Amino acid sequence: MKYRVSSFTAAVFVGALLIVTNMLPNSAEAEYGDVVLNEYSEDAGMRPVVFPHWFHRIRFRCKVCHGDLGFAFEAGGNDIDMLKIIDGQYCGACHNGDVAWSIENCELCHSGMPDTPTQVHHSTVQQLVKKAREDETDAQTEDSE
Amino acid sequence: MRSPEVRTTIVFAALLVVTTLVVMHVAIAQDDPNAFNRLMTPSSERNAPPESDGIHDPTADGTLMLQPPREAFAGLPKSRAGNYIDWSRAIEDELIVPRYDIHNPDANPIVLDLNIVREVKGSMPDVVYPHKLHTQWLDCANCHPAIFIPMKGANQISMASILLGEKCGVCHGKVAFPVSECRRCHSSPKVVDKD
Repeated sequence: MKYRVSSFTAAVFVGALLIVTNMLPNSAEAEYGDVVLNEYSEDAGMRPVVFPHWFHRIRFRCKVCHGDLGFAFEAGGNDIDMLKIIDGQYCGACHNGDVAWSIENCELCHSGMPDTPTQVHHSTVQQLVKKAREDETDAQTEDSE
Repeated sequence: MRSPEVRTTIVFAALLVVTTLVVMHVAIAQDDPNAFNRLMTPSSERNAPPESDGIHDPTADGTLMLQPPREAFAGLPKSRAGNYIDWSRAIEDELIVPRYDIHNPDANPIVLDLNIVREVKGSMPDVVYPHKLHTQWLDCANCHPAIFIPMKGANQISMASILLGEKCGVCHGKVAFPVSECRRCHSSPKVVDKD
């Protein structure tokens, strides 16, 4: 026997399914080595930048950015602004419409969750050192009160 | 007898109820206080797509245009930590061919095949440092002389400094495989003196 499915029934089913699956708890995690850069972004009214190391290391060896382009091995340690990028420095050495897509695609980089500070996601420094320093600061604030 | 249209609707409603129950069951299982590996990220949630990875804003138009990691990682060898990808093997087996020069895709790295064995003070096996794997990714000047003085015995390295993001920790624990992978560095068992 054949069932005939009207497009309305199918649409209701798919819609309900989407609602149900979205109820699942969402504790998904960003990639190891994803860098969030928020030195200037949010002060200038843009979302923070997310730099995916994994995507770039598939295409370039570390030496290209950390040797030839002068990126220091430290998140937030490079003092990058849009003027420098437009001028062909740092990200702008590739993101110029020649090697990689150009800077008019603002939201491809500026896609970070608002209020996320500069950090290397899942790094030992983020998980141990920064946390320890925060605890220390908290303890000092409590002492002074 | 009911029309085929009504019957189909009933079938779909039943399907929906079943799906809801399955989904709820999964959600409840995740809240089980005695769940196995309670604090670990289940493998199904690793390498999440940008819109649900917690650091991308799902309402940004750009987020949905970005490549999901799972798509890129599909053909790459797995590992147990970091991106859950064995990047060294991926480059060794030429499953990825990252450029060594921005513009010239044919430029080749200057690879140095030299292992440095560092005897460690504690009970862990000695560290074997392979220049070969590192020079496939990096230039000598990335590490020498700013991070490591190129001279035998000139570098004080401790796990404490590595955890603080110095020495090996400039990359390991940030981008290169994390410090939880003890035996990928501490790989040469100590020679035990029987006397």
